[in-house]
Amino acid sequence: MIRLEKRPTPSRAWNIGAPILAVVLTMIAGGVMFALLGQDPVEAIRVIFWDPLFHERFAAFSRPQLLVKAGPLILIAIGLALGFRAGIWNIGAEGQYIMGALFGAAFGLALYPSESPLIFPAMVIAGALGGWAWAMIPAILKTRFRTNEILVSLLLVYVAEAILASAATGWLRNPEGMGFPGSRDLARHPGTDNPEVIAGTGMHWGVITAFIAVIAAYVLLNRHVLGYQIKLAGQAPRAARFAGVNPGRLVILCLGISGVLAGMAGLFEVSGPAGQITIDFNVGYGFTAIIVAFLGRLHPIGILLAGLLMALTYIGGELAQLMLGVPASAIQAFQGMLLFFLLALDVLANYRIKRAREVVA
Amino acid sequence: MKHLKTLLAVGAVAAAAALPATAQEEPFTVGFIHVGSTGDMGWSFTHDQGRIAMDEHFGDAVETVMAESVAEGADAERVMTQMILGGADMIVATSFGFGPAVNAVAEQFPDVYFEHATGFMRDHPNVSTYNARFYEGRAVTGHIAGHMTESNIVGYIGSYPIPTVIRGMNSAFLHAREVNPDVEFRMIFVGTWFDPALEADAAQALIDQGADVILQHTDSTAPHAVSQEAGTFAFGQASDMAQFKPAPRITSVIDNWGPFYIDRVQAAMDGTWEQQDAWEGFAEERIILGEITGPVPDEVRASALALRDSIASGEYHPFTGPINMQDGTPWLAEGETPEDGPLAGMNFFVEGITAELQN
Repeated sequence: MIRLEKRPTPSRAWNIGAPILAVVLTMIAGGVMFALLGQDPVEAIRVIFWDPLFHERFAAFSRPQLLVKAGPLILIAIGLALGFRAGIWNIGAEGQYIMGALFGAAFGLALYPSESPLIFPAMVIAGALGGWAWAMIPAILKTRFRTNEILVSLLLVYVAEAILASAATGWLRNPEGMGFPGSRDLARHPGTDNPEVIAGTGMHWGVITAFIAVIAAYVLLNRHVLGYQIKLAGQAPRAARFAGVNPGRLVILCLGISGVLAGMAGLFEVSGPAGQITIDFNVGYGFTAIIVAFLGRLHPIGILLAGLLMALTYIGGELAQLMLGVPASAIQAFQGMLLFFLLALDVLANYRIKRAREVVA
Repeated sequence: MKHLKTLLAVGAVAAAAALPATAQEEPFTVGFIHVGSTGDMGWSFTHDQGRIAMDEHFGDAVETVMAESVAEGADAERVMTQMILGGADMIVATSFGFGPAVNAVAEQFPDVYFEHATGFMRDHPNVSTYNARFYEGRAVTGHIAGHMTESNIVGYIGSYPIPTVIRGMNSAFLHAREVNPDVEFRMIFVGTWFDPALEADAAQALIDQGADVILQHTDSTAPHAVSQEAGTFAFGQASDMAQFKPAPRITSVIDNWGPFYIDRVQAAMDGTWEQQDAWEGFAEERIILGEITGPVPDEVRASALALRDSIASGEYHPFTGPINMQDGTPWLAEGETPEDGPLAGMNFFVEGITAELQN
C-alpha cells in the first residue's frame, strides 16, 4: 500500500525536477495519443519540439516567432504570479488585456492621422491605465464589499469582450473600411506602430517589456519588502497581519500590477503583431498565462522558460498540423496533458511517497 | 511580423531551398486555413468539403494541407508563412478576419496565390477575394418562413452585426413580408460564429418570445436541436444539416465551394490565374437550395423554387425597389436594384424591421 506523507518543507529537488519530468511524461503520453491517431510518435514529437527551433526551412522564421508568441504570455503571467503568490486570484487577465488594447488603440486613433513619435509611448501608458482600471473593479469590490475576486475578474472578461465587439463594429470601426468591422491598421501607421526593435529577431517593445518585467519581479520578490509581504501573505495570512501587512493594500497593489502588465500586453499586441482592433482580437493569452504562471512555479525565471515552452508547443503544434495532418484538437489535448502532469507531480514536491505495510485494524 | 527584412530573408532562404525541387513534377500544394473547426458542420466544414472535392478531382497533381482553429491576426500570418515555407503554392483563407494577415503575407511572397473568402482587401496582385451571394438563399428561406409561421413571429440568430449578416436579415425579412404582411422578426446577435450552448440559448429565447420559425446565421446545429424539442421550424445553414430532416429542418442553403476551388487551382496551374473579386450565387451554383421537406405545403414549395429560379436566371434581384431604410429614408426607387459595392457594405436595416442595429 502506498501512502503520501507531507514533507516538513517542500522538496527543492522536486521543485525543479517536477516540471522536467512533466514534460517527459507529456511526450510519452502524447506519443501514445499520436500513435493511436496513426502517426509516428517520434516524428510527431520531433516536429513539435525540434523543428520550430532547428528545421532548416522553418527555424529562421519560427525562432523569432517564439518570442512574439511568448512575449505577451510572459508579461501577463509575471503580473498574475505576484498576486497568486499572495493568494489573490486574478482570473480575468484576458479582460484587462482587452481593455488595455482598447484604451491604447482608442488613444492612438483619436490623434489619427498624426505621426508624432510621442503617440506610441502615450498609447503604452493609456494601455496600462486601461488594464489597471479594469483590474481595480474586482480589487475595490473585494476590499470594500468582500466580493470574490475570482468571480468578478472572470465575469468582467465577458463584459470586456462585449465592449470589444461594439468597438470593432461601431465606435472604433475604420471609416474607410466599407462598413466592415475592425479598426484602422495601427501597425502600418507610423506613430501608432510597435515595430521590431532589432529587425529579424521578433523583439518588439512588448517582448522587451516582458524581459524587463521578469527582472523587476525577480528583484521585487527577493530584495524588496513588498516581495516579502507578498510571499508572507500567501504562506501565512495570519502571521502577515501580525507583521503589519495591510491585506487591502496588498489586494489593490497585486491586482493593479497584474492589470497594468496585462493591459500593456494588449496594447503591444494590438499595435504590433495583431495590428488592429477586431471582434475576435483576444485569442486567450490572458487565460493561457495562468497556465504559464503555474508551469513556471510562480517564479519569474520559471515563467520566462514556461512562456517559451508554451510558445514552442503552439508553433510546433501548427507545424504538426501542416506537415503531418494532426488535428488541432489533438494539439490542444497535448497541451492539456502538460498541465495535467505538472499539477499531478506537484504532489511530489510537497509529499513523499511511503510504502507502508498493511496494518490490520 | 510586419517586418519586411525578416521575411525577405526567410523568403530567400525558402526560395533557395525550393530551387532544386521545382525542376521536377512537384504536386501543386494548396494550404487551407480556417478560423473554426472543420467539424463545426457549418462554415469551415463546407470549405473542407470543397477542399476534399478539389483534392479528389486533381488526384496526385495537387496536394493539400490544412490548419483549423487558427486565430485571426498574428497567428494567421504565422501559419500562412509556415505553409508557404513548407511548399504551399496557393493559400486559401476562409474567414473574413484573415484579411490583413493575407495581404501582409502576400506582399512577402508575390509568387504565391491567395484566395480570401468574404474579404474586400486586395492590396497585392496575387490576392483574390471570393464570396457567395448568401442573401439570394435567404430570400428563399425568408419566403418560406413568412408562409410557415403561424404566430407571425420569426426568430433570427445572428453572429455579429456586420454587412453579410445584416444583408441576409434584410433579404429574409423583405421576402417574408412580401408573402405575409403581419410577420415580425426578432433578432438576437450572439457575438460568435460557433457556440452551440449560446446558439441554443438564443433559439430558446426567441421561441419564448413567440417565434415558431428560426433562421440562423451561426454555424452549429444547436438551434435545430432546440427547434426539434419545441416543435418549431429551422433552416440548414452552410451545410444541409440533413440529420434534422424532415423537421425541424425544412430546407437549407448549402455552400458549394468545391467547383470554385477546382477552377482557381486549375487556373493557377495553367498560369491563367488573375486577381478577381468573385461574388457568385444560385446562378453559378455557389449556393444550392437543399431539399424542401414534407411540412412545407406543395404550393409554397412551388413558389419557393420559382423564386430561386428567377434569382438564378437573373430575372429578379432580391433587393428590388422600392425599399426604404429603417428610418424611412428612401434607398432604392421603384424597380431599382443596388450596385454590388454598396450592397457589399450594407450596414442598415430596411424599413419594417423593428430591432435596432447597435453600431
